[in-house]
Amino acid sequence: MTKYTDQGKQDTRSGYGAGMTELGRTNPNVVALCADLVGSLKIETFIEENPERFFQVGIAEANMMGMAAGLTIGGKIPFASTFANFATGRVYDQIRQSIAYSDKNVKICASHSGLTLGEDGATHQILEDIGLMKMLPGMTVINPCDFNQTKAATIAIAEHHGPVYLRFGRPKVANFTPVDQKFEIGKALMLNEGTDVTIIATGHLVWQALLAAESLENQGISAEVINIHTIKPLDDKAILDSVKKTGCVVTAEEHNYLGGLGESVARVLASNHPAPQEFVATQDTFGESGTPEQLMEKYGLNNKAIEAAVLKVLKRK
Amino acid sequence: MPNTQELQDLVVQVRRDILRMVHKVNSGHPGGSLGCTEFFVALYNEVMELKDGFDMDGIGEDIFFLSNGHISPVFYSVLARRGYFPIEELNTFRLIDSRLQGHPTTHEGLPGVRVASGSLGQGMSVAIGAALAKKLNGDDHLVFSLHGDGELQEGQNWEAIMYAAGNKVDNLISTVDRNGQQIDGATEDVLPIGDVAEKFRVFGWDVLEIENGNDLEQVVAGLKEAKSRTGKGKPVCIVMTTEMGNGVDFMMHTHAWHGKAPSDEQLANALEQNPETLGDY
Repeated sequence: MTKYTDQGKQDTRSGYGAGMTELGRTNPNVVALCADLVGSLKIETFIEENPERFFQVGIAEANMMGMAAGLTIGGKIPFASTFANFATGRVYDQIRQSIAYSDKNVKICASHSGLTLGEDGATHQILEDIGLMKMLPGMTVINPCDFNQTKAATIAIAEHHGPVYLRFGRPKVANFTPVDQKFEIGKALMLNEGTDVTIIATGHLVWQALLAAESLENQGISAEVINIHTIKPLDDKAILDSVKKTGCVVTAEEHNYLGGLGESVARVLASNHPAPQEFVATQDTFGESGTPEQLMEKYGLNNKAIEAAVLKVLKRK
Repeated sequence: MPNTQELQDLVVQVRRDILRMVHKVNSGHPGGSLGCTEFFVALYNEVMELKDGFDMDGIGEDIFFLSNGHISPVFYSVLARRGYFPIEELNTFRLIDSRLQGHPTTHEGLPGVRVASGSLGQGMSVAIGAALAKKLNGDDHLVFSLHGDGELQEGQNWEAIMYAAGNKVDNLISTVDRNGQQIDGATEDVLPIGDVAEKFRVFGWDVLEIENGNDLEQVVAGLKEAKSRTGKGKPVCIVMTTEMGNGVDFMMHTHAWHGKAPSDEQLANALEQNPETLGDY
């Protein structure tokens, strides 16, 4: 199978920070807002280099979303960032009315999504945010898989007119996508061609899917691995082309199985080409404290869980 | 610049528009709309510096945000009569396929509206963002906003009030319509708001009051005074006392007409109290 090398573990939030640094230097309309989490969002360099284009709003996320909407009036491109929980669930109505329904060009950038923020526990581990955001008409939802892709996505969304939810995380994970890979919103990436099963993964689970595919190959199972970094708009064609070939699919995401990538894929398949599907996702539960690795193991979100799901779905073909 | 009589004629005509709009579809919010008629007429015809036509960015002109979006009838009437869209379009208020939605929105492309509002408490944050964009753009024009007093019960306002003062957003003039009423009754009974002016003051705003927000001359003078206080390091708040349902005797001194349309007889009575001036749509 196609070989991927970890160029050195890095956190995806630092990819966001690196993307913001570049945008600060290249796009004078980009402005940043943050709700008392500058260090966690890794935007210190942007702030240092562009102090007049940074707005520290304090612990006041509702106001931040409204201010971001207002800043678009006058041509600014606001990147409003905080933890995923406070960037979505806490401010759903502000995003709905002042940003999405008002067609505002706001980029909502959310770190610490999913279980892997770890020890802080379930109050901070949102597993519903993809669902919340993808249900909003006009909202683009992106969940990149590593440092390089998060940086590329951050830069790409500045060029896209319209509201975007960009989701990334806290832990250091494998950085394996090419450093210069162009990020195309809505375009799935084929990571490994296979014939027996399709694994469609997003975010941190993409690397886990590659690990699973490698192990499956040793068992004589040929797994196709697709990186869906854009959950909305979804690349229906890439999904259908693959599943028509393999006949079954496993979706993998660090999110509740209700409302996540898996359900979006199921909708595409049900409407066009029904096929057996297994969902690697949390099972309608809250998280808890623990290390990221412990949590991914306990809640079934790692390469072993993907492998087990593949073996299960193959029997249903 | 229109003279006072012309503005007063416009006030009466806007009242007629409001009453006829909500009567036609038997829904909408006449009470707060009538209470703020003088404010809107003054703002759009005497106070704000406006370009011809409409563009979303509003660079090089003053801009306005309505936070308490339910008083859309007065907003629509004044926008139409200021030339943002055809006056006849007021006929489509709240009808299917209309740009004049129940609450204002940018979604249908109605000129003059820059953000959706209706879910309360969000407008000041948006106004602050727009004011900051003006500063970044080197645009010395102002941002105005209007808020209901009951709306101040929404916590987001206080985040915004704190931010604007703490960050010297001094190109912003936020007016609170202190009509003392909300859907369930008097604001002081539903959830006491207390001394609005003092609250803004201790948060660090420059506050002035318009004692009678239904006296056109007082409103114009108050808004002009507020303009003169901008650019001095503090956001400016106007606490404007109004009478809900002003100009229609049976709609005044009660919260009953917050979100209720008049019957045929009530409409006839109300219109009789406000004879046609500039021509009905």
